[in-house]
Amino acid sequence: MKITRSEVEHVARLARLELSDSELDTFTGQMDGILAYVEKLNALDTEGIVPTSHAVPMENAFRPDQPADSIGVEAALANAPQRAESFFRVPKVIE
Amino acid sequence: MEIFDLTIHELHEKLKAKEVSSVEATRAMLDRIEAVDGQVNAYITVTPEQALVEAEAADKRIAAGDIAPLTGIPVGLKDIFITKGIRTTCGSRILENFVPPYDGTAVAKLKEQGAVIVGKLNQDEFAMGSSNESSYFGPVKNPWNLECTPGGSSGGSAAAIAARTATATLGTDTGGSIRQPASHCSCVGLKPTYGRVSRYGVIAYASSLDQVGPLTRDVTDAALLLGAVAGHDPKDSTSVNTPVPDYVAGLATGVKGLKIGLPKQYFIEGLDPDVKRAMDEAIALYKSLGAEMREVSLPHTEYAVATYYLIATAEASSNLARYDGVRFGHRAEDARGLKEMFAKTRAEGFGSEVKRRIMLGTYALSSGYYDAYYVKAQKVRTLIMQDFLNAFNEVDVLLTPIAPTPPFKIGEKLADPLQMYLSDIFTIPVNLAGTCGISIPAGFSAAGLPIGLQLIGKPFGEATILSTAYAFEKETQWHLKKAPL
Repeated sequence: MKITRSEVEHVARLARLELSDSELDTFTGQMDGILAYVEKLNALDTEGIVPTSHAVPMENAFRPDQPADSIGVEAALANAPQRAESFFRVPKVIE
Repeated sequence: MEIFDLTIHELHEKLKAKEVSSVEATRAMLDRIEAVDGQVNAYITVTPEQALVEAEAADKRIAAGDIAPLTGIPVGLKDIFITKGIRTTCGSRILENFVPPYDGTAVAKLKEQGAVIVGKLNQDEFAMGSSNESSYFGPVKNPWNLECTPGGSSGGSAAAIAARTATATLGTDTGGSIRQPASHCSCVGLKPTYGRVSRYGVIAYASSLDQVGPLTRDVTDAALLLGAVAGHDPKDSTSVNTPVPDYVAGLATGVKGLKIGLPKQYFIEGLDPDVKRAMDEAIALYKSLGAEMREVSLPHTEYAVATYYLIATAEASSNLARYDGVRFGHRAEDARGLKEMFAKTRAEGFGSEVKRRIMLGTYALSSGYYDAYYVKAQKVRTLIMQDFLNAFNEVDVLLTPIAPTPPFKIGEKLADPLQMYLSDIFTIPVNLAGTCGISIPAGFSAAGLPIGLQLIGKPFGEATILSTAYAFEKETQWHLKKAPL
């Protein structure tokens, strides 16, 4: 067994995902199968191989630091689930 | 021939000659959507009023003598493209009512040319899937056989071409999501080199792999549409600043003397016999046209799927952290406190495929597993990229199947995600290597289901794979066959 139900619960907490009991069972089985499959990468010796994080070798992408119009407060807030004046409204943060 | 059957270049000629107006073409397309999309479910959102306003503007432009290749052409966009004022869902409940305040770069470029956007196309949720069954808006049906999947994740984009409910469409390809549905729906689908087309305004799945590309009726249209959206964009720091060639002008180059590589790992036991036959016929045709075939080796191919599902899910878990119910999208109602709101919002908003990938990615990035999974996968990615570079020292283009089988039945692979993931074995390595690939219609199975052929090019070798594809298309009739709808 590569991954246990309690580890899946822990990962769900890290990912901020509330999972039902049946989802936890399903994902434990499926993740176990997938992780067993990806183990095949261990058959390869990658000692000294440089990891690739990006397909195109690029330096930093610079552009002139010129101010430009932004979308504005109203457009930025237009999709807000809840707002209060010029702010996004959220439930209580301090527990 | 009906207006909705025409290619971009055929409709362009008619618009230019004023044999047909953009309003007429757009109405014909909207009527066609009305008539057949109930069976196919390729569209999430149709935009008739806006489309007709854009068509009128295009007609005015044409009357003034100002016509670009896409002026007045009805196009559909995968619902992953941000469109100002048009609901953009990404196939997810979490964005069900999201109306973006701006256009992404690819969309803005189409609008500059005067293209008419007829609607937003169905897709796997957040582009995660190979069969279009993970969309919150229901599965897309393959126009060639409504019991089969159209492939994914740009399944709506491919099905709309096959159902003739859009003249051309844009999709995105992270592990084969343009090429595989194009193959399953018998249309042309091109994944450009990473960095060729701006990703600004495209909802991110796996940022180091995602790339925008065209799905069209023929190769000429793919060249036209790629030319329209390609190019450097300062708004996307990963977009590459190299000149965009005239892809259409280079189409008729021919393949005489071209060295085409056949990667031996792609022609394995277990390849469906109909797919094998189509590949053999294509190889024979290219030989007869003067191309030189050579066997090559991409030795790390069998590690590509495992590598992909670690890298893509790791990037996805990071990208999808922004869906927390604070600034946009769905928000769970009865949460006590902020953390509970995040967890409930995401539980309600995401479907099971997305949750599974977020979980896998979070696991691969978590403390203690980061080196064993994520960094290991990045190192294997290096080996896979080197395979391609080595092969391209010997040949100009690679020829491979797109999928091991013709389209499969809806529901067939849903219970077993690993089997679904393995169906992308022939497309995924191209994304990991960051290079370009095209899928073109190459035949049909005994059951009448489409089979596609993949041509893989060097980085920024789009012109070569397009001209290689064009040589095939000129000698075959597959792209002219119409789905029975």
